[in-house]
Amino acid sequence: MREFIQYITSYLGSNQTPGTAGNIFWVVVYVLLVFTGISLGVIAMNWLERKILAHMQVRLGPMRVGPHGLLQPFADALKLLLKEDLIPAEADSVIFWCAPFMVVLAAFTVFVVVPFGPTHAITDMNIGILFMLGVSSLSVLGIVMAGWASNSHYPLIGALRSSAQMVSYEVAMGMAVVSVILMTSLNAVGTGTLSMIGIVQAQLAQHEWFIFKFFPLGLIAFFIFAVAMVAETNRAPFDLAEAESELTAGFHTEYSGFRWSLFFLAEYGAMMAASSIAVTLWLGGWLRPFPNMLAGAGWDQLFSFIPGASFLFLAGLCFYSTARMPKHPYFRIQTIGLAGFGALLGLVGLILFIPPVRAWVQDIFWFSAKVAGFMYLYIWYRGTFPRYRFDQLMKMGWKVLLPMGLGILILTAGVALYQQNLWHP
Amino acid sequence: MAPVATPFFFYLLSALMLVGGILVITRKNPVHSALALITTLLAQAAIYLMLYAPFVAGVQIILYAGGIMVLFLFVIMLVSIDRSIKERQFNSQWLIGVVAATALGGLLIAVYTKGASLFPGGPVTVAAEGDNTQRVASLLYGQYMFSFEIASLLLLVAIIGAVVMAKKRI
Repeated sequence: MREFIQYITSYLGSNQTPGTAGNIFWVVVYVLLVFTGISLGVIAMNWLERKILAHMQVRLGPMRVGPHGLLQPFADALKLLLKEDLIPAEADSVIFWCAPFMVVLAAFTVFVVVPFGPTHAITDMNIGILFMLGVSSLSVLGIVMAGWASNSHYPLIGALRSSAQMVSYEVAMGMAVVSVILMTSLNAVGTGTLSMIGIVQAQLAQHEWFIFKFFPLGLIAFFIFAVAMVAETNRAPFDLAEAESELTAGFHTEYSGFRWSLFFLAEYGAMMAASSIAVTLWLGGWLRPFPNMLAGAGWDQLFSFIPGASFLFLAGLCFYSTARMPKHPYFRIQTIGLAGFGALLGLVGLILFIPPVRAWVQDIFWFSAKVAGFMYLYIWYRGTFPRYRFDQLMKMGWKVLLPMGLGILILTAGVALYQQNLWHP
Repeated sequence: MAPVATPFFFYLLSALMLVGGILVITRKNPVHSALALITTLLAQAAIYLMLYAPFVAGVQIILYAGGIMVLFLFVIMLVSIDRSIKERQFNSQWLIGVVAATALGGLLIAVYTKGASLFPGGPVTVAAEGDNTQRVASLLYGQYMFSFEIASLLLLVAIIGAVVMAKKRI
């Protein structure tokens, strides 16, 4: 027993990720924490997407289940779990059964290397970014399996569209990513790196987020990735694989109940994974804004208050809406619930002010905040852009993004050589 | 850190690869074959990982499992599968197949039983996993630059060939 406790505490002093330290107990703890975090994120996204889309279209969105529809995601989850789980008679049952698991596996495995902080990652791999791109590209297999195994026309067309789309946009995406890997090799440690933690540390060492590096090259590479990322995750305006108006629900038309909810989970998981790649590569990962320009203990102190303060702000919003709730007795339970939710948020905010927690949670907060920004962008796209036609999509991928990516790659390499005085035109 | 390269994992992954490989040639439905091939390729990537070659493993997943096999499936799904299942599987070359298989098997058995002197004795020194990618890069773009570029030329020829064959008028 004492050996076990010693084994657990031995990690706490080391300044490494649990995977690098090889401590299996903490690896399991981190995996569970990350999984819980992502599931919470998916639940929050479910509510936020419906709410934000509704407000963009001047509607109210879910209002009935819980105050401002806050309990709607849980009601939905319950409904999906209780629903009958159908497998069509003509479907290829084994592949039909495997497909959702494949998609979920691909969407969640990538979080093994996502760096929420210098030590807050499950592990750090030498091939970090390659691993992320590779595993997330496996999700298309699950989609193709689902579409084909359903043995029905709409899913098959959805799967075909999805596979063609994902294979094409992966190329442009790769070009944008390679240009960042070139940037990591500059005036820092000497050699470049593929490790996710290494990429963020290179941005710290070069005093610059890579989105601003070699302006406008970094910005254009980021733009290419940001477009390709939406296409890779099959989201509007590139959601041709599940275009409701044409294909009913696309590749998951025949799925119901729990299996369908797995697809849902995987879609949002993949969105977060793609956003965290973008955040790590271009937006400085876990680094707070201006880590070098506003350096010093005073600024550190100030920025460390922001996580707690933002939760208190949310709590304040909750209390404000509580005050604005109708005074009718019918709304009494909802009012109490909203006040309780506000109190919960306020409590979390106060906990985040405790000095050890504050130091520990900072990098996780900044990373999640940046990812949350991307999630809002996803919803915003869905609310504003009309869906592309398939030939427009292909033209954009192969004739616009790919040449742009190649050009950026060559220019970045040229500028990098010039800066290091290795090449004089 | 305890090494993951234990015999247990090696046998597990090899068994997975063998089962996948056998399924590829015995399934009548081409989609099942392709999926079995993907299993084989993924198990192979894991074996690369066991050999302390994470870069090769990553490339294996991203290129073969995530890229090429998706295109395979894409084409297979467009084919009418009902007809191809009913078709007799042609194996008129079984005589040559048997000869080739016995020759290869005999070679393997011979190397396994008598080939100890062919391989370096003693434990192999493994380069640190930490800079695997960097080492592959410096080898590819340093020592083997010429052969690397020749290989890419080969791929370019293949691409041009595909375009020429697909286009009616150029």
